Amino acid sequence: MTVTTDAKTSGGGEAPPPEDLVSLTIDGAEISVPKGTLVIRAAEQLGIEIPRFCDHPLLDPAGACRQCIVEVEGQRKPMASCTITCTEGMVVRTQLSSPVAEKAQRGVMELLLINHPLDCPVCDKGGECPLQNQAMSTGSADSRFDGKKRTFEKPVPISEQVLLDRERCVLCARCTRFSNQIAGDPMIELLERGALQQVGTGEGDPFESYFSGNTIQICPVGALTSAAYRFRSRPFDLVSSPSVCEHCSVGCATRTDHRRGKVMRRMAAEDPEVNEEWLCDKGRFGFRYAQRPNRLTTPLVRDPETGELTETSWPEALAAAAAGLTAARERTVRDREADVRTVDATGTGVGVLAGGRVTYEDAYAYGKFARVALRTNDVDFRARTHTAEEAEFLAAHVAGRGLDLDGTGLSHTAVERAPAVLLAGFESEEEAPGVFLRLRKAHRKHGQRTFALATHATRGLEKAGGTLLPAAPGTETEWLDALSGGVGLDERGAEAAEALRAEGSVLIVGERIAAVPGALTAAVRTAAATGARLAWIPRRAGERGAVEAGALPDLLPGARPAGDPGAREQVAYAWRVADLPSGQGRDTGAIIEAAAAGELHALVVGGVEVADLPDPARATEALEAVDFLVSLEQRPSEVTDRADVVLPVSAVVEKSGTFLNWEGRARMFEAALKPDQMTRRHVQPDGRVLHMLADALDVSLALPDVRATRRELDRLGGWDGSRAAAPRHRTRSAPQPGSGQVVLAGHRMLLDQGRLQDGDEALAGTRHAALIRVSAPTAEAFGLVDGAEARVTGPAGFVQLPLCVTSMPDHVVWLPLNSTGGGANRDLGALPGQLVQVGPAPAPAAAPVPGATDASAKKVEA
Amino acid sequence: MTTESPEKLLTPVLSEFWDQPESWTLETYRRHHGYEGLRKALEMPPDDVIAYVKDAGLRGRGGAGFPAGMKWQFIPQGDDKPHYLVVNADESEPGTCKDIPLLFANPHSLIEGMVIACHAIRSNHAFIYLRGEVVPVLRRLHLAVREAYEAGYLGKDALGPGKNLELTVHAGAGAYICGEETALLDSLEGRRGQPRLRPPFPAVAGLYACPTVVNNVETIASVPTLIREGQDWFRGMGSEKSPGFTLYSLSGHVARPGQYEAPLGVTLRQLLDMSGGMRPGHQLKFWTPGGSSTPMLTDEHLDVPLDYEGVGEAGSMLGTKALQCFDETTCVVRAVTRWTEFYAHESCGKCTPCREGTYWLVQLLRDIEAGRGVPGDLDKLDSIADTINGKSFCALGDGAAAPIFSSLKYFREEYEQHVAPRSPGDATARGCPFDPAATTAWADGPHAKTAHQEVKA
Repeated sequence: MTVTTDAKTSGGGEAPPPEDLVSLTIDGAEISVPKGTLVIRAAEQLGIEIPRFCDHPLLDPAGACRQCIVEVEGQRKPMASCTITCTEGMVVRTQLSSPVAEKAQRGVMELLLINHPLDCPVCDKGGECPLQNQAMSTGSADSRFDGKKRTFEKPVPISEQVLLDRERCVLCARCTRFSNQIAGDPMIELLERGALQQVGTGEGDPFESYFSGNTIQICPVGALTSAAYRFRSRPFDLVSSPSVCEHCSVGCATRTDHRRGKVMRRMAAEDPEVNEEWLCDKGRFGFRYAQRPNRLTTPLVRDPETGELTETSWPEALAAAAAGLTAARERTVRDREADVRTVDATGTGVGVLAGGRVTYEDAYAYGKFARVALRTNDVDFRARTHTAEEAEFLAAHVAGRGLDLDGTGLSHTAVERAPAVLLAGFESEEEAPGVFLRLRKAHRKHGQRTFALATHATRGLEKAGGTLLPAAPGTETEWLDALSGGVGLDERGAEAAEALRAEGSVLIVGERIAAVPGALTAAVRTAAATGARLAWIPRRAGERGAVEAGALPDLLPGARPAGDPGAREQVAYAWRVADLPSGQGRDTGAIIEAAAAGELHALVVGGVEVADLPDPARATEALEAVDFLVSLEQRPSEVTDRADVVLPVSAVVEKSGTFLNWEGRARMFEAALKPDQMTRRHVQPDGRVLHMLADALDVSLALPDVRATRRELDRLGGWDGSRAAAPRHRTRSAPQPGSGQVVLAGHRMLLDQGRLQDGDEALAGTRHAALIRVSAPTAEAFGLVDGAEARVTGPAGFVQLPLCVTSMPDHVVWLPLNSTGGGANRDLGALPGQLVQVGPAPAPAAAPVPGATDASAKKVEA
Repeated sequence: MTTESPEKLLTPVLSEFWDQPESWTLETYRRHHGYEGLRKALEMPPDDVIAYVKDAGLRGRGGAGFPAGMKWQFIPQGDDKPHYLVVNADESEPGTCKDIPLLFANPHSLIEGMVIACHAIRSNHAFIYLRGEVVPVLRRLHLAVREAYEAGYLGKDALGPGKNLELTVHAGAGAYICGEETALLDSLEGRRGQPRLRPPFPAVAGLYACPTVVNNVETIASVPTLIREGQDWFRGMGSEKSPGFTLYSLSGHVARPGQYEAPLGVTLRQLLDMSGGMRPGHQLKFWTPGGSSTPMLTDEHLDVPLDYEGVGEAGSMLGTKALQCFDETTCVVRAVTRWTEFYAHESCGKCTPCREGTYWLVQLLRDIEAGRGVPGDLDKLDSIADTINGKSFCALGDGAAAPIFSSLKYFREEYEQHVAPRSPGDATARGCPFDPAATTAWADGPHAKTAHQEVKA
């Protein structure tokens, strides 16, 4: 945007051509703005702040509150500056130069306050309230109103998470417009009329939007409050620290508000390139896991006599851990000399599982620790379904590429601008809500077409105006090949194939697509054939950074192939070691298998949940089989239960670090809670703990803190050698369900039993119902009734939930993967793409249900 | 105007045969040249019909007086979108009572006008949004529409070969705001009736985001005769800028209330002359030219020509020509309080000035009427009305402010009497000095005394 002083904003965006500018005068100052700019925005550019409530730059204008009234020359009436666009030669006078505007604004402010309870001293918003602030700037010191205020019962819970105080509401309709326009969840609406107008929900239809928290933040008064935060603190008592959300790979900018070492709330921060001004409810409300009473603050060592974990000092714990790891390595050497059949042929008898929630720096420390301290490539961050094909795909197409890496790659903006988007193995609203908001915005603003290769049209897909390309699990590869060839497609498929060929189209693959043989290979092929740009969007925040940091068996930091001697040499030089291990590393699945089979004698495990692993039963066996288990954890888990040494580590809020989001954008953050603000015992980040553990092993990891890590990463730089080869995997024929069998499909819901949501009861109250889905013909074939309980049975057990007959491919059953029991992987013993059985739930007299939960109790805390 | 028999001033067109038996049937309508204008109009190219109506100078009878032909002309042509005609029959303004009797007695005049208008704007679907409370009118409309379908004026090929016309009658759910054209469209679409932001105007994106003409009942019902009798005949009535005939609804303390159809520009004095004047023994105190939201006038304004310009010059608006006449027994504060209660009740709640302002005004006015007012309240009233007027989202707010402003302008003294002690010795006796019973229809009757006492009791 250009001001007449021709000073350009620092954004560096192209200036619009002069014919698209209009010039106007506001309070005597001239300004040129692009056509279509609202007067209130143009005034902002001149530094003239017009008071407002309903106006919000990311919402469609409403003109409801009338607070922003200005005078426009030639107009009979004063006008709301939030609804009128600038025209050539317009002369605007705001409250600064027009007595009419000034009186109107003062009058509207007085009217807004006549029915407002003025309970600022007990209101959450007091101190950060636009009504309070603007009443000071624009209102009169005393009200002339001495009548009776209208009163309402309060607060009304419009969901378990959001409370409504109708007396405070100024009816600006920001919340309803946000929900309608941005989130696509029209679950709140204005009801009644006149002074009784109020925000409300439908009967029995609560505000279960994944984005409901944004309404609390954009509410210009204290009408919408968070059940979990209400009356907990005052804004002026809070310390606000900029932060980055640790939940998904979007990397939303957040603001962490804390007081006396305790996080009180989290807000969306502004970042137009990433999350605009929005944040999903998981990002906003899911932070209390780090302040649960069971946080680990002291190292624990298993007492050899009692078998119990006992609190101990750091030096002792580190020595114990080092001794255990050394013993495991020595046993491997001995085994190898003794030619034991189960010897670790390529490694040193120790494997490292980092988990997908690590920061970039911590992931780097895990990778370096494995290679330098343990002399092995047996390190993997993937605690989910993964394959060799995926590892190859990551090495060839993801590592080293991205906005802040080589400057290439897709961005949120590019996704928003794309004429068409194909999603494969990716459910945007559940797995990366920030991406969903872009897709919906793009659909609303320019009719972007979204296509999804999935079993059924999710709410997220529908709200983004998307089209389903129905794909049974395992058929995605075929679909992708058909789309790239443009043959053998039905009408919708042909539309998708054509749309993807438009300039700027995008193909997004999620982490779940890894489970389908040949799909990632086919995705690369499809991108090449259609010209669509390819993006990989994993679910967890740490995954993208962990790829870059080399927390993978076949990747060293900076996209260097571990199998490339030159790459190893470069890294060895930077790490000041003679050489790096050259053996073929194991991935997560292989590490677990080797540990369970007795080839690995010790494991170092970061933030990994057993239930997240592809085969939780085998993983449990592995954890129990190894001689020695070191766990780096924040709170007790199934891993710490079996660990010999538990080393407590800091939560994201307590440490500095970087998340690389899916764009490859570096999202650096400082610790929100500084050590001196902590009331709990301060613990160190994973990287620092690994550094100390390496010290105990008599190896210098040289990563004492984040600054040192970042310096080393900078020194290491990128890789200009040859890249890993692209994956060349072929599809295998999709599993053919035999009689009585169906193919399992599923994804995780945004709000489920994830451990980073522990302790947020109000958040859990807005989980979407967990349902089993099958098609109508399948329901009929298996005697299932819509709405009645159905049971999916796998080798390990069953999951029982209400059935929702859904339009989807036949002989497929869809389940939420971590909403009930011990998670579907564990309860069924089967993964998506595998065959399971489905049937009606037996009569309630049946035996107690292990792991399976009645879905009506979806609010049961994990 | 001349001094000859006042009745000669009347020009019954729409009301011509209201006194005929079963005036509402198609048969009666046909006997009175019904659907002849339509035949003539269908022979004309659509654009010519628009030009004809525009040149005739027919202005909207719903209150704002916008030229009907110009409104039709705004509909983009050749845009491949459906066009809609929506007739606003949500007559709910206090005092306004012309469309409902018209539809009750002569519904076919509206249907014929709608067919002509649809031909002009190339619409294949028209709607009547009727105030939901008037069920008898709804029945008559349904009957008339059925008759028109059966006679082929509506339905298949109604506008010529291959040009169908559907007409839907929709009954609203009882909200004054739905008479505001964009709120009406929202309501017709099944949403909550609240005014829309303009632009886009209905002519560009109206019903279902398609080009839409929204006209008042009387405007459209006037079209068939205009076409049939011709521009010159039409322009022979009224003034240059406000030509034609219209319905004046006389109500209140007049001897013979009712509908008086006359050329635009007739005066209230003339209308009172032909309707027997005010009720015996009483004088006109104040009156509204076009419903409660037009600023009130007084007996000084008896000779104001009742056309768009004349009333405008007198500081009010022609509005719906609902001439509510109040005599000297009426407390102006009480009348304004009732109107304001109406606006507070009907405010849709969307914008602050109207929602909160009317809420406050009602409290103040009730206090003043009940003797709880203080002198400063009058300036407060004026200042609140000023914050509502011109600052609210739609015209409902302006309408709510109009009675306050105009009553304070002409009757400030009366307000002052309400807030001042009634006798110098007794500071507690305040409030309305009027006897409400005196305003009633039975107050002057043979049992006036008893009735009076009953009311007082």
